[in-house]
Amino acid sequence: MNVKSIYQEVILDHNRKPRNYGSLSGPTHHATGHNPLCGDRIDLDVNILDGRIEEIAFRGESCAICKASSSMMTNAVKGKSREEAETLIQEFREMLMSREDKDLDHLGRLKVLAGIRDLPTRVKCAILPWHTLHAAMNSTGDATTEADDHSNKLVANNH
Amino acid sequence: MKIADALISPSAQQTVTSGIERFRADFPILNIKVDDKPLVYLDNAASSQMPQAVIDCLVRYQKTQHANIHRAVHYLSNLATQEYESARCKLQNFIGAREAREVIFTSGTTDSINLVMHGYGRKFIRNGDEIILSELEHHSNIVPWQMLAEEKGARIRVIPINDAGEILVEEYEKLFNSKTRFVGLTHVSNALGSISPIKHMIAIAHQHGVPVLIDGAQAAPHLKVNVQDLDCDFYTFSAHKMCGPTGVGILYGKADLLESMQPFKGGGDMISSVSFEKTTYNEIPYKFEAGTPPIAAAIGFGAAIDYLEQIGLGAIASYEHELLLYASEQIRIIPGVKIIGDCPHKVAVISFVIDGIHPHDVGTLLNQEGIAVRTGHHCAQPIMQRFNVAATSRASFSFYNTKKEIDALVAGIRSVQKVFA
Repeated sequence: MNVKSIYQEVILDHNRKPRNYGSLSGPTHHATGHNPLCGDRIDLDVNILDGRIEEIAFRGESCAICKASSSMMTNAVKGKSREEAETLIQEFREMLMSREDKDLDHLGRLKVLAGIRDLPTRVKCAILPWHTLHAAMNSTGDATTEADDHSNKLVANNH
Repeated sequence: MKIADALISPSAQQTVTSGIERFRADFPILNIKVDDKPLVYLDNAASSQMPQAVIDCLVRYQKTQHANIHRAVHYLSNLATQEYESARCKLQNFIGAREAREVIFTSGTTDSINLVMHGYGRKFIRNGDEIILSELEHHSNIVPWQMLAEEKGARIRVIPINDAGEILVEEYEKLFNSKTRFVGLTHVSNALGSISPIKHMIAIAHQHGVPVLIDGAQAAPHLKVNVQDLDCDFYTFSAHKMCGPTGVGILYGKADLLESMQPFKGGGDMISSVSFEKTTYNEIPYKFEAGTPPIAAAIGFGAAIDYLEQIGLGAIASYEHELLLYASEQIRIIPGVKIIGDCPHKVAVISFVIDGIHPHDVGTLLNQEGIAVRTGHHCAQPIMQRFNVAATSRASFSFYNTKKEIDALVAGIRSVQKVFA
């Protein structure tokens, strides 16, 4: 799928109508993700009950790729256990970082974002919400995607 | 300097305008295709492209002239030294410096500013002193001074700008007091393109006995600069933004100031004698050129200066101004698009935002059309904060760009809007 069609068919839908957009009152977990490269900044609220993500909401200012990825992520992890969510974070990262064509069916709808790996400077935008979720679940409060990438400058934890 | 000052005779302007394809042909890279679309390179403020004459010079140097300079008595070392020093003289003439020793080769503008911070700032700026910078500065003319301020307990004062992206000179005057020790100003804003009235501002600083450093990285490629006429104390720019190679730039400094400064880097070539008891530093400019410099790049910089002077900076300024007017008119009328910093005295840079579309998405989609623009905060976050935007898209033009390419940009912007419609 070329870049223009990724925009037209997937990203714009979630950009216009982001799912789970907003905030939770008194979330059990929260983190902020920041990507100064494009000015993306998202806040993620999560309610974890008995080790399971009961509720999740995000908000912030970001590019369309980051917003779509956030929106799709919240749909994908809602109802999942922490362990399942961590596995999905890992798999999503691998999908965007690896150059190999692996079977992506287990990622469900998320696999439409795989084409973003052809836009190296935008991979960060797609991964930011996932790092933010990892940070929230581990209660570090900040998300950094710095360790992922050696070609792009990115600091995702200064606020 | 106003664009109008740089205007040349209509006949010379005609030559440039009608002969633009001739200059384009000097740049091999402009023929490449991006996904089968012709490259439209509008990221010249980040780095310009290199003409064949400079590429040839680098190859010739590397094939027939290379050795280390200022060291050996052999043929190649003499030749390389001559070429390197001849490049320094070209730069001296290019900016109208009084003496060649006032031109120091550095690795670029950032390096030059750091040199002044360490060589001048750390020696002369003390606790409680004040440094004036403008809101238009690139991070490279902010961060070194913040580091110094933190180390010395000095204070940074900031000159505000107006909504058009112009420096407020009357506010600048108010910032001076008995503690003011240094002024750092950009000649042209990299993010917006606005040209500051630096000659007047330098005169104001001098009335208070304060030296001024001018960051000319975005001015030297586009405007005729004369450091004696400006009376600036330091002026700096980089080769790679003006048809030269990366890794080299110059710092101009008035000889007496450079002599009063401490060295920035220690090493070979910057000394006249070394013993473990005492080292005597070399004279300027060598005092500030420790180690083996980027010899090939400096010589290539000289070739780039030859190339630009052959076209003429006046002719370049005039043609680029025409491109700026053409592009501004077209972009201004697109509904939902806003130019940030839309003021009359600008080089050919257009920073813009599109309603509801993040600049990074704009850049990605324009790239699909072969159009290269810069998106982001342009290493000038204070300007972004001033205009309350996280980022902008920036199209920056050179004399090898054409109106046809501007038409492609305008069509590209409209097509991005269609994708998001």
